[in-house]
Amino acid sequence: MTATATSTGTLRALLHGLPGVDKVGVEARAAALGTRSVKTTAKAKAIDLAIRMVDLTTLEGADTPGKVRALSAKALRPDPADPGCPSVAAVCVYPSMVPTAAAVLAGSGVHVASVATAFPSGQAPLDVKLADTRDAVAAGADEIDMVISRGAFLAGDYAKVFDEIVAVKEACGAAHLKVILETGELGTYDNVRRASWLAMLAGADFIKTSTGKVPVAATLPVTLIMLEAVRDFRAEHGRQVGVKPAGGIRTTKDAIKYLVLINETVGDDWLSPDWFRFGASSLLNDLLMQHTKLTTGHYAGPDYFTLD
Amino acid sequence: MPKSAPTKAPKAAAAAPVRLSVRKTYKLYVGGTFPRSESGRTYLVDGDNVALASRKDARDAVVAARKAQPKWAGATAYNRGQVVYRIAEMVEARRAEFAALGVPAAEVDAAIDRLIWYAGWSDKIAQLAGNANPVAGPFFNISSPEPTGVVGVVAPASLLGLVSVVAPAIVTGNTVVVLAAGPQVAITLAEVLATSDVPGGVVNILTGHAAETAPWLASHDDVNALDLTGVTDPELAAELERTASGTLKRVLRPRGKVDFTADPGLRPMTALLETKTVWHPKGY
Repeated sequence: MTATATSTGTLRALLHGLPGVDKVGVEARAAALGTRSVKTTAKAKAIDLAIRMVDLTTLEGADTPGKVRALSAKALRPDPADPGCPSVAAVCVYPSMVPTAAAVLAGSGVHVASVATAFPSGQAPLDVKLADTRDAVAAGADEIDMVISRGAFLAGDYAKVFDEIVAVKEACGAAHLKVILETGELGTYDNVRRASWLAMLAGADFIKTSTGKVPVAATLPVTLIMLEAVRDFRAEHGRQVGVKPAGGIRTTKDAIKYLVLINETVGDDWLSPDWFRFGASSLLNDLLMQHTKLTTGHYAGPDYFTLD
Repeated sequence: MPKSAPTKAPKAAAAAPVRLSVRKTYKLYVGGTFPRSESGRTYLVDGDNVALASRKDARDAVVAARKAQPKWAGATAYNRGQVVYRIAEMVEARRAEFAALGVPAAEVDAAIDRLIWYAGWSDKIAQLAGNANPVAGPFFNISSPEPTGVVGVVAPASLLGLVSVVAPAIVTGNTVVVLAAGPQVAITLAEVLATSDVPGGVVNILTGHAAETAPWLASHDDVNALDLTGVTDPELAAELERTASGTLKRVLRPRGKVDFTADPGLRPMTALLETKTVWHPKGY
């Protein structure tokens, strides 16, 4: 399938042949699932699972090796006061910071993710993007977060986007490839569904909502559409693809809403850090505060947790 | 128009439809807005529906207070004084409402005077609570009072009592979560605060049973001080003090019954201040 669908015409026929998204319906469904009440022991499990799903992220121009080392140490042991608190899934940094993160995380089971391909705009020639990817992998990243060319996608040049993903996937080698759709720039839910399918057809291991660098980042409806896409894709092609909402998820309450969404849309198979991630930085502290509240019985404050 | 006028109603009024009165629900005051309790609970106080705050409302109020604190503490003392003065102006404009709730005019007067008094202290307290310390070296050594942070307040029921615990806490740059005992008066004061220049979150007022919510404030890691002036049950006060020690909170627990009409002195303000001391080389 993936080998044949490479011309823009074939891809257009395929992507535009997908059923349209019922905007009102998907928003109502996401809102309804967001009202579920998760308490006590179920909440404790949800919080632990959410902590294990976090891709602890720092993507700032001001990142220093010291900050990345501190963040990596936090990823290994988010709450030093509680040995029962699990590690996060991965640390996500710029390529230049990969060696620093990899040095701390080596052998720990916490993955090193690197953004690549001229993140966050993706507006660079293909060979630059591929070199960026190869450098990150060579430096020790075992997960690559690439951005698609939204410009090409919106212009209808699906083959270009497809070929880029295929090429980057090849450059990744053994590293997992997460494809950032930047749903905030795609405009419509139909485009989110199409971009999801396009990325999966081209070989993405994960599809990710956003870079976190545009005002509209991950939302529940967009994640719901992407979850439906990975479910339908597995039914049709037999390959499971992960989902990663990123940006704007700051509270435990939000995170639990996403977990409910997974459970009700794609089921248990995706309720694992191997198949679902949260791209976040401030979310972790809120999860830790709630974790502490459940273990100590009183409300925790941000003063007791590290900033990065 | 004289008050006796309505007794002589025109005859046509008898046939006119009866107007249903619009009754007010007294809601919480958190982060500058008036939400219902997240628990959905209410209770009746003198025939009025009043929101019954839960521990989660207390938690939300602490979040709102924490968010507002740095900016409020960062405002100039002069500016905070003006804002507290503005509260007094707005209480003045709502005399009739407080009177309707049974607050005597003399008490409203006293509350307004108290606000003005604290407003004046805003840019003067540092001169009294701070100091330039003589040290054996070529340094300026300056101690200055800084706000403690977020203060949980168990408030007394009266308007004067409420004003007497809230004003000294906020005028120095703290933000407060108030567990109010007289709910209608407290929420009317909240309406005053919402229409004055007090930034949202600086004062948060919860109505309900202090015995239910106060322990959550006492144990909360993100509350820096506790004012127990309004706690009437000595056992509860002792228990709250014990709980507060777990996070090393400052606790203000006046001995005996407080006479709010008396001069409060500086203690209500200084009890909620921390002293910061800076060493600065003199350069010679």
